[in-house]
Amino acid sequence: MPVVAQETGVGDPAVNMGIFLVFVSITLIIVFRASRSSRTASDYYTAGSSFTSAQNGVAISGDYLSAAAFLGVTGLIAVYGLDGFLYAIFAMLAWLVALLLVAELLRNTGRFTMGDVLSFRMRQRPVRAAAATSTLVVSFLYLIAQMAGAGALVALLLNVTSDLGQSLVITTVGGLMIVYVLIGGMRGTTWVQIIKGSLLMVTVVAISAWVLGAYGLNLSALAGAAADNHPAGQGLLEPGLQYGESTITKIDFLSLAIGGVLGPAGLPHILMRFYTVPTGREARKSVVWAIWLIGTFFLCSLVLGLGATALVGAERIISAPGAANSAVPLLAFELGGTVVLAIVASVAFATILAVVAGVTMAAAASFAHDVYANVIKRGGSAPNEVRVARITVLVIGVLGVLGGIGGKDQNVAFFVALAFAVAASANLPTLLYSLFWRRFTTTGALCSIYGGLVSCVVLITFSPVVSGTETAIFPTVDFAYFPLTNPGIVTVPLSFLLGFLGSVLGRERSDRRKFPEMEVRALTGTSTATGSPAGEMPETRVALDRSPARRPEQHY
Amino acid sequence: MSISEQGAARQDGTQQPATADPWVTAQRSPEFVQMRRKLRGFVFPMTAFFLIWYFLYVALAAFAPAFMAIRVLGNINLGLIIGLLQFVSTFTITTIYVAFANKNIDPPGTHIREQLEAGAR
Repeated sequence: MPVVAQETGVGDPAVNMGIFLVFVSITLIIVFRASRSSRTASDYYTAGSSFTSAQNGVAISGDYLSAAAFLGVTGLIAVYGLDGFLYAIFAMLAWLVALLLVAELLRNTGRFTMGDVLSFRMRQRPVRAAAATSTLVVSFLYLIAQMAGAGALVALLLNVTSDLGQSLVITTVGGLMIVYVLIGGMRGTTWVQIIKGSLLMVTVVAISAWVLGAYGLNLSALAGAAADNHPAGQGLLEPGLQYGESTITKIDFLSLAIGGVLGPAGLPHILMRFYTVPTGREARKSVVWAIWLIGTFFLCSLVLGLGATALVGAERIISAPGAANSAVPLLAFELGGTVVLAIVASVAFATILAVVAGVTMAAAASFAHDVYANVIKRGGSAPNEVRVARITVLVIGVLGVLGGIGGKDQNVAFFVALAFAVAASANLPTLLYSLFWRRFTTTGALCSIYGGLVSCVVLITFSPVVSGTETAIFPTVDFAYFPLTNPGIVTVPLSFLLGFLGSVLGRERSDRRKFPEMEVRALTGTSTATGSPAGEMPETRVALDRSPARRPEQHY
Repeated sequence: MSISEQGAARQDGTQQPATADPWVTAQRSPEFVQMRRKLRGFVFPMTAFFLIWYFLYVALAAFAPAFMAIRVLGNINLGLIIGLLQFVSTFTITTIYVAFANKNIDPPGTHIREQLEAGAR
């Protein structure tokens, strides 16, 4: 392997980019074609809900499986063995939460954003503002993590190690993403995700088959070879390599497990995908597609992770640029040389691009629809909504690029962990209460959203991720008063508790007319076809329950 | 909308006064009540089951590593097997839920929706 000897990267940078450029060209053509039908808000935000469940299922997997899954989880399995496998397990299992409790009901009661559902039977402006705040925080953290990841990826794959070079790559990714979302809207973004999701699945399944084939389709033989090539030996296959050190680290492991399984069903860009299909039933079927694809992906991640350790060796992976993240690229190079590495590199870039596009789409929709149309314009006429969404895309894109450049030398896992923690603590409890608990009130919703959000940020700030350890953001000072790196074990129960207390102790009653409406809509899908959307009513409707006048069915 | 609406709702078997909100009427109809009971009776226990099963894995990995390290088949130990079984249970629950929803949620849901939307016209 003469090229590996360069130490800073593997393969041929020009070839590594080749397939990616083909991907970019094809997706750009599709996005421009899709732009012809992105005029109304419904077109722009949800592609007119015109995708099939199979298309949406593939797009969900494309939106969900980020570089953190493709390179990160496989790398964690390569380095930490069974402890790394937990990430694969919860990342897949989380989809049962989405399937059983969220997807259909959300599709039936909302229209464009998570705020639609949370505010359905609440006072519109405060709840939408809270939902948008949480959406923007989660999306922005996610965006920075992906953008910064792009910087790290080029160091590994393109041998670009200079600050300027990496910043340039991050800017290019941001620029392309803005083009996709600005021009293609949800339709273009969805097609990018479908293409990328398919590429990713084919690549991962093919390399896994290759690895398994090399060990006679025998998982035990593969595991044994991995253990032989890891300093921990058989310990690689046993729990505790990453989190086994002390009781605190074990509780941290548990905390990670809580945030990990509850976070994904609260990620705004994932929730928004359910609106791109016409009915709740189609939303259910898309999640079923997604579960099979995502489950297959994470089963493959076990094979890829063990394969990387078996064939490349744990020590070489850890010492490579990007450390654990380099496991799959190194494995690809080991197996098939420059060409296979180029495929993996291109898929990794396509992954980052598709995920940032999806996240930006959700953030822009939330700002334009929740904040602009409903908080600022008070739910009245907002003919400029789509234009505001497009401007928001630009602003978020630029901020994401700046955040990515600023964060590229940071521990990006921090941003992902925080995004998941906020989604699990602020969004999911509020969503579940809204959908299932009759007595949930505006005060309760505000308590659980802001309580979850603030407690996550505070606990992370005072955690070892930010200070007091060598890998922290501020390694030289120590204000790590909270010992866990994952806040979920505290913040998730806290948010549920705050939502409960806010509803029970608050003086207002829940809206007794809106809950039946929400429940009937949620379970039967009534009126989604004729489009009487959640919360696009003027603020007057919100004036509690006293008025006997019924809101007429509205057709948009 | 109110006259035809209530006509539809009455056929639904409810005794709501003529001024009742159609959503409230629909929500109190026996068909809806039964549908909701069935749905909650399925998704809540199922969610509890898969979460307990998942946290059992997490707790065993964290606090009983020696148990998880017991080798069963060659290098395949209990930790790996229980981990892989999480995938099996996820796929199984998904399949069961789809069959359940097709049978118990979609037919009454469609029926109630058609009644409400016919009434609203």
